[in-house]
Amino acid sequence: MASLHAFANPVRFLKIARPLTPILFWAGVALIAFGAWAGLTQTPADYLQGETVRIMYIHVPTAWLGMGGWSGIALSSIAFLVWRHPLANVAARAIALPGALFAFLCLSTGSIWGRPTWGTWWQWDGRLTSMLLLFFVYLGYMALVRADQDRGGDGRIPAIYGVAGSVLLPIIHYSVIWWNTLHQGESVVRGKIAASILWPLWFTLGGFTLFFAALVLIRMRTILATTKAEARMRRMSAEFATA
Amino acid sequence: MNGWTFVIAAYTLALAASAGIAVVSFFAMRAAEKKLP
Repeated sequence: MASLHAFANPVRFLKIARPLTPILFWAGVALIAFGAWAGLTQTPADYLQGETVRIMYIHVPTAWLGMGGWSGIALSSIAFLVWRHPLANVAARAIALPGALFAFLCLSTGSIWGRPTWGTWWQWDGRLTSMLLLFFVYLGYMALVRADQDRGGDGRIPAIYGVAGSVLLPIIHYSVIWWNTLHQGESVVRGKIAASILWPLWFTLGGFTLFFAALVLIRMRTILATTKAEARMRRMSAEFATA
Repeated sequence: MNGWTFVIAAYTLALAASAGIAVVSFFAMRAAEKKLP
C-alpha cells in the first residue's frame, strides 16, 4: 500500500504518465485495427446470425468498458474517501466521459445488432434497461462533478455518488440470469462461441482497454494542468491585489 | 438491407466516436499543458 501512496503523488504520476500515454494509445489503436480487420475478413459468418455476428467484436468491448469505467470511478471514489488522495478524485473525473461514451456505444451498437437479429431496435429487457440506467448514472455523475466544482465543494459528494452507483454493476451482470427475456445469457466466458469466431474479440477487447486507459491518462493530465494553471492565476491575482 | 449494412454502421459509429473523443481529449490536454510555465 505504501508504494501505491507514493504513486499517488501528482509529480511522480506525471513522470510515469507522460511516456506511458503514447505507448498505451498506439498499442491500443494497433490491436483495435488488427482485431477489426480480422473480425471483418478472417472469421466465418454465423450459421444463424449471418454476417451481423461481426458486430460482437465492437459491441462486447464497449460493454466491458462501459461497466469497467464505472468500476474505476467506484474504486477511485473509495480511495478518495478513505485516503483523501486528490489524484484518485482526478482519476474518477477523468474516467467519466470516456465511460459514458462507451456505455452509449454499447447501447447503440447493441441496438444496431438487435434490429436484424431480434427484429427490433429496442426492448425494455433487463440487460438493455440496466445498461441504459448506467448511461444516465454517468450523465448524473458528470453533472454532479460540475455542480460540486461550481459551489467550491471538496469532491466528497460526487465520490459518494460514485460508490453508490456501483450497485448497478452486479444488476447489469446478472440481469441476463434474473430476467431471461431477450438479451442472450453469458456466452463469451462460458465457451458457448466457436473459437474460430471468437478469437478476434480478444484483440479488440485488449485494444479498446489500452485505448481507454490512454484516454483516462490524457484526461487526468488535462485536469492536473488546468488545476495548476488556475491555482497559479489565483496566486498571481492575490499578489497583484496585495501589491 | 443485408447484414453487412448493420455491421458497417456499427463499426463506423464506434470507431468514429472513439477517434473523436481521442482527438478532442488530446487537443484539450495540449491546450491545458501549454498554459503552464
